[in-house]
Amino acid sequence: MPIHEKSLIRPEDLTEHEQLEIDGVDVSGHWSTFIETRVVSDYNERMEEEIAALPGGEYIHRCFQCSSCTNVCTVNDLNPDFNPRYWIYLARMGFEKELLRDKDLLWQCVSCHKCTHVCPRDVAPEGVMKAMATWAELKGHTEVKPAAAFDAEFTEQIVATGKIEEGRIIRGFFKRTGQPLNQPWLREMSLRLARRLPILMGLKMALAAVFRPRTRDWDKSRAAITEYIAEREDANRRALNLD
Amino acid sequence: MSEKYKTVAYYPGCALEGTGHGYNRSTKAVGRKLGLDLIEIPNWNCCGAMEVKNIDPELQNYLSARNLAIVAEKMNVDTVMAPCNGCYHNLKKVEHDIAKKPKTQEVVDRLSQKAGHATYQAGEVETIHALDWIKEAIGEEGIRERVKNSLKGLKIANYYGCMYTRPRNIFPEKDQGEGSESTHNPHYMDDLLRAAGAEIVDYPLKTACCGGAHTLADSDTSTKLVLNLLQTAEDCGADVIATECPTCHSGLEMHQIRAEKEHGIKTSVKMLYFTQLLGLALGLSSRKLGIHENVSDASGLLKERGLA
Repeated sequence: MPIHEKSLIRPEDLTEHEQLEIDGVDVSGHWSTFIETRVVSDYNERMEEEIAALPGGEYIHRCFQCSSCTNVCTVNDLNPDFNPRYWIYLARMGFEKELLRDKDLLWQCVSCHKCTHVCPRDVAPEGVMKAMATWAELKGHTEVKPAAAFDAEFTEQIVATGKIEEGRIIRGFFKRTGQPLNQPWLREMSLRLARRLPILMGLKMALAAVFRPRTRDWDKSRAAITEYIAEREDANRRALNLD
Repeated sequence: MSEKYKTVAYYPGCALEGTGHGYNRSTKAVGRKLGLDLIEIPNWNCCGAMEVKNIDPELQNYLSARNLAIVAEKMNVDTVMAPCNGCYHNLKKVEHDIAKKPKTQEVVDRLSQKAGHATYQAGEVETIHALDWIKEAIGEEGIRERVKNSLKGLKIANYYGCMYTRPRNIFPEKDQGEGSESTHNPHYMDDLLRAAGAEIVDYPLKTACCGGAHTLADSDTSTKLVLNLLQTAEDCGADVIATECPTCHSGLEMHQIRAEKEHGIKTSVKMLYFTQLLGLALGLSSRKLGIHENVSDASGLLKERGLA
């Protein structure tokens, strides 16, 4: 089993003496590495509750820290600082400041569901990651991250028409995040497709961009969903004592 | 041929009307060729993919419940087939949640009532993937009997992605011993394409993630994940990666190009939907299977192998 936790002691909590002798023994350098004693007094006692109240976070209380999630995590494999087990621990302990050191990583969960698949306690850590990212954003610790912007664009299109149209999603997302649509790789992809696509199919795709695909008689669903989202958003803000 | 799944409700989903159109075309063409009937769910809506759950998981459940309710109320079939892993996953998810979580039933009932349509109750409709559909209704023997143009000599890495097998609790029919699909080592695509004559390479990343949920939101991560999938497939000797999900498929295509454009790393393995490969073996033309609608251009390879 790989060791994931080596990096968890922060460099500022470690002390090393360049020259030190204890009882006649030379312990200079890394022989004298000490972890600073510390007393934590600035807990957020409600942190677990706050995350549990947000979409995806409801089973955080079940975690018994086995680290199966971190072991299988797709993103952890690319970046060891992305550590679901550790973050769930911090949230349950109320170590808000510690979690905030990683606030700009929380949104990077790719929803591969490996963690939820292996979790022996049915914590659904994938959902907890989403709840943590939402938590950091709602509390004003982070800006709206690209993943949240994508979720919002996607959801708004479904609410509006009952369906999504991929071209519109791409345009909407790039606009929301202030990125130019003219990315070399997107251009290359369109070119390759256009080269071989029959004219009729191309026409059909262009038409879909103008006449959006939609579910008929969606009005009442739209109204019900809009009301429900507003209700949930209120509940989220209340759970975090915002407003 | 078994009568099971001979006629099913068809839920193509949004991607199959867009970038996954080749999957849509080939699924229908293969169904017709095999004598199976697909009846599209009338007036379906988007399942919410991997996005709406982050706004609210029960709202995402409602979206899938609405589709299942249409099948239960208006269609004379008891099975819905979804070729897209995301759609399939979400239909399975609401089936699971509605049976296990009173809150899901409560939200689905409330929203359905306000929207003025029937609600959905657990167990009314069975959800299957396009793989289950062909595997159960036709089977390997049935495919072998119908092969006109064997895929012999074509080396294929089968890529199943995430949503077809994870998390295990929403797929109670998987991992049920011999004959059933496995969540840790899925094999239905292997079985079907092997029956069509292909050589299936041992591909250790068949259920690894392509980063599809963040394909645009975090493209650097997706490119890294996809590049690993492509290079490993090539290391395993594959000519083709067979796919069963439009998000995976277009993710592989997009990030193959992105890896080339942004990092100068070129890979040559081609992506084809498993239905396109099956269709070729059954003697359907590549045009009928929408192979020209893929970004990944496999026409040269297929011509060289006498398949197109």
